[in-house]
Amino acid sequence: MASPEAAASAATGEPPSLTPTVLEARGVSKRFPGVVALDDVSFTLRAGETHALVGENGAGKSTLIKVLTGVHRPDGGELLLSGRQVHFARPFEAQQAGISTIYQEVNLVPLMSVARNIFLGREPRTRLGLIDFRRMHSEAATLLEGFRVTVDPRLPLHTLGVGTQQMVALARAVSVRAQVVIMDEPTSSLEPREVETLFRVIGDLRRQNIAVLYVSHRMDELYRICDRVTVLRDGRHIHTGDLADLERVQLVSMMLGREITEVRRHGVTSFGDEGHDIARKPVLTAHGLTSRHSLDDISLDLHPGEVLGLGGLLGSGRSETAKALAGALALDKGTISVAGRVLRRISSASAIRAGISLLPEDRKAEGIVPGLSVRENIVLAALPRLSRGGIVSRKRQDRIVDIFMKRLRIKASSPEQKVGELSGGNQQKVLLARWLCLEPKVLLLDEPTRGIDVGAKAEVQALIDELAQEGLAVLLISSDIEELIEGSDRIVVLRGGATAGELTGDQVSEAALFAVLADHAPAPAPPEGETDADSDADADAGGGAHAAATDPLAPAPAPAPAPTPDPDPAPTPAPTPAPVPDQAAGDAHAPAHDPADDPAVKEDLR
Amino acid sequence: MKLSSVLDPAGTRAPSPGTGGQAGPEAQAGVSGRQRVASLVQRQGVLAVLLLVVLIASFVYPTFATLDNARGVTVQASFLAIVALGMTMVIITGGIDLSVGSVFALGGVLAAWASQWGVLPALLVPLVVCGAIGALNGVLIARVGMAPFIVTLSSLLGARGLLLAITDEGATTYLVPKDSAFAELGQGSVWGFGHPILIALVLFAAGGVVLQRTSFGQTLFAVGGSSDAAVLMGLPVARVKLTVYLLSGLLAGLAGAINAARLSSGVTIIGVGMELDAIAAVVIGGTLLVGGAGSLSGTLWGVLLLAVIQNLINQIGSLNSSYQSVVSGGFLIVVVVAQRYLARSRRTA
Repeated sequence: MASPEAAASAATGEPPSLTPTVLEARGVSKRFPGVVALDDVSFTLRAGETHALVGENGAGKSTLIKVLTGVHRPDGGELLLSGRQVHFARPFEAQQAGISTIYQEVNLVPLMSVARNIFLGREPRTRLGLIDFRRMHSEAATLLEGFRVTVDPRLPLHTLGVGTQQMVALARAVSVRAQVVIMDEPTSSLEPREVETLFRVIGDLRRQNIAVLYVSHRMDELYRICDRVTVLRDGRHIHTGDLADLERVQLVSMMLGREITEVRRHGVTSFGDEGHDIARKPVLTAHGLTSRHSLDDISLDLHPGEVLGLGGLLGSGRSETAKALAGALALDKGTISVAGRVLRRISSASAIRAGISLLPEDRKAEGIVPGLSVRENIVLAALPRLSRGGIVSRKRQDRIVDIFMKRLRIKASSPEQKVGELSGGNQQKVLLARWLCLEPKVLLLDEPTRGIDVGAKAEVQALIDELAQEGLAVLLISSDIEELIEGSDRIVVLRGGATAGELTGDQVSEAALFAVLADHAPAPAPPEGETDADSDADADAGGGAHAAATDPLAPAPAPAPAPTPDPDPAPTPAPTPAPVPDQAAGDAHAPAHDPADDPAVKEDLR
Repeated sequence: MKLSSVLDPAGTRAPSPGTGGQAGPEAQAGVSGRQRVASLVQRQGVLAVLLLVVLIASFVYPTFATLDNARGVTVQASFLAIVALGMTMVIITGGIDLSVGSVFALGGVLAAWASQWGVLPALLVPLVVCGAIGALNGVLIARVGMAPFIVTLSSLLGARGLLLAITDEGATTYLVPKDSAFAELGQGSVWGFGHPILIALVLFAAGGVVLQRTSFGQTLFAVGGSSDAAVLMGLPVARVKLTVYLLSGLLAGLAGAINAARLSSGVTIIGVGMELDAIAAVVIGGTLLVGGAGSLSGTLWGVLLLAVIQNLINQIGSLNSSYQSVVSGGFLIVVVVAQRYLARSRRTA
């Protein structure tokens, strides 16, 4: 094989750079039972660069990271660290070699103190060889201060918020002497202020000539901090090159494997354009739902063939309403009737029997059973219907499972594959299948596309559309405003557990939604004389959303420090040190910041 | 873009539990008073109970509070204490070692048998054999990945069987030679306190240092707290697991040997159910059965509490000694329930 430099330049079509390659994968393959997770993947990581690794869920990003960090051993190909071939049998060996990793889900020990978590395995010692706690605590405090986290390092980790825990994980990863730091979706649980800190830390790493492999779904983050990008799809290497040379729409189309024109036409949601054929008589009527501390006199109708969106902020009672309708929340008052018949005792079982199915928000905790197969997961709720005298007919199971796997396009090696091995999007489809085979009249979807990638998201959205077209009544809860607007025929907006307003017909738009929300909001002092709606949108940018504080023009929400656009004078300057607003808005994930920006999104994708 | 945060600049939003990334003010306030009390009770509650029981018993039974009785109780307890020391480490990693009772008895018989050749063989033979059993447990659990419960249950049966085989089904009793220096190890005393007590105290002191002040000790907590995280952090999880089962076997064997020295013979019928007493003492001492948290001091108090209860029931005399188990069981339940509530209030306070 040619030298790493030559290989890199061949891939990117640029003259060989002087930056040395620190980590290289050559033709790496990894197979799992029934799945080829990585198929002959090669890529290089140069010293001091921030390299984006993108792809849909199931594209092989996680597997590649696990191969690089010694969690998995590759079936084929080789890894080279600073030009020398390496084999990692365990994560320990990769870390010894200087590859440090921050995982998406915090991988620390909750019961142990912050300082112990940071220094586990390499604690400072006294002369007697014992752990020097005083030094450990002061070093931990100093280290965390560098991350603008002021927290007593003696506190047990689980007492901190998720974002702070992630910062502790970051502190641990960075404080090791590493040549390569791998970050797997590091910002998914961070607040904007913390995202800024993270970016500052990445800048520091760059100055120290440390390579960062950055995995994220958030386009604007990638374009802000990454120099190069590697795209994976279906376990194969698709592209490696400078990010600055790549239009967002090109990047998205490479990730999805769809034509650019197609991406342009559809944007990032896949709902049909026209509304649905909605029956006049409601199938579900809820009246005066009241539950102490969460719901206050909520009434709503749901018609066959309709997608009713439930809007509102976090804590407005959206999930609680869905749970109440599914019989999973104890009510103090209120009635629920399905097809004209009032449910006498409201419980999960009676709701399911009446034809109400809830797809819960947290599919890991409340939905899938990862150790069971796709088939078992799908038929779980339908078992009582499929059995006669307690004996379950396998033939009927197989038939139903077959129908739904085809219908929902569930990608699994076989119905017997364990659900835990599937990607997030496919897990969500399995859950959807579970409820659909109960033949519900009403489907309650709580954040159905959260945490799944663009492609699967589009498929799930298309499915919701189809289901409504077939006459199912759908209640849709989504924090993704674009999804809510595009997907819903009608939106009921909640606030503080009560109904704040309803949008129908042409009112279903972002502007109208913002108006309803803003009407009832505690108006924050609009910075720099902006309108309410504007500052609200900006506050969102500062509120842990996709657009996470990447808009440098957005005024900083009060206590957070002003977002500093790329603070480091790096040896290799970031392609977009200061992104322009519409670039930030053109993120395939983040919908418009502001109603007024909406057309800009589509514009940018074109 | 998330609706959830649209209208609420970070400054005005109440910290939500899931996303409370604002470490500043809330974290600086630190542990609340209630949390601190709960944490203290969890760690030292058993000591308070122990002192209370001792205090009351001293008033009610004049024979309880004598120096002789104290010596007797503590010598008696020191064997269980040594076994529970190993058990504490095993349980902190989230495991369990059911073999210790059998290994304890086996160690005693081996020590008595080997004592005919002197002190050194009398200590080395049981340590080598019991250490091997512990290491086998460790290999099967840490390297092969079998469940600790089933592995150590097998070695419970195996060690007991080995014991019966070398004693001709219990017919042969090996005696420690009368003039042996080995017997002194179990029967001698310093300032009136028997050697077993001193050995147990030294081991606990050393164990405490290892657990709290070494990387190895910290890794035990990490493995018990989250095994996956420990692996991803690059900690030597398998090696540490293997080591704790090895230590547990060694300590059970040592306790058995010293007990044989004290009794001057290798008694075959002892140690039955001792593993359960050890587990009870560890849990009463505040160590979480699921792993990740615990202390040796708590285990020490737990062992003493069980010993004091037994002694009290003997003092009462009229009460059937079987009730000791009933009372110990009652304490165990109380402790487990209390742990649950304390853990909850530590989380929510």
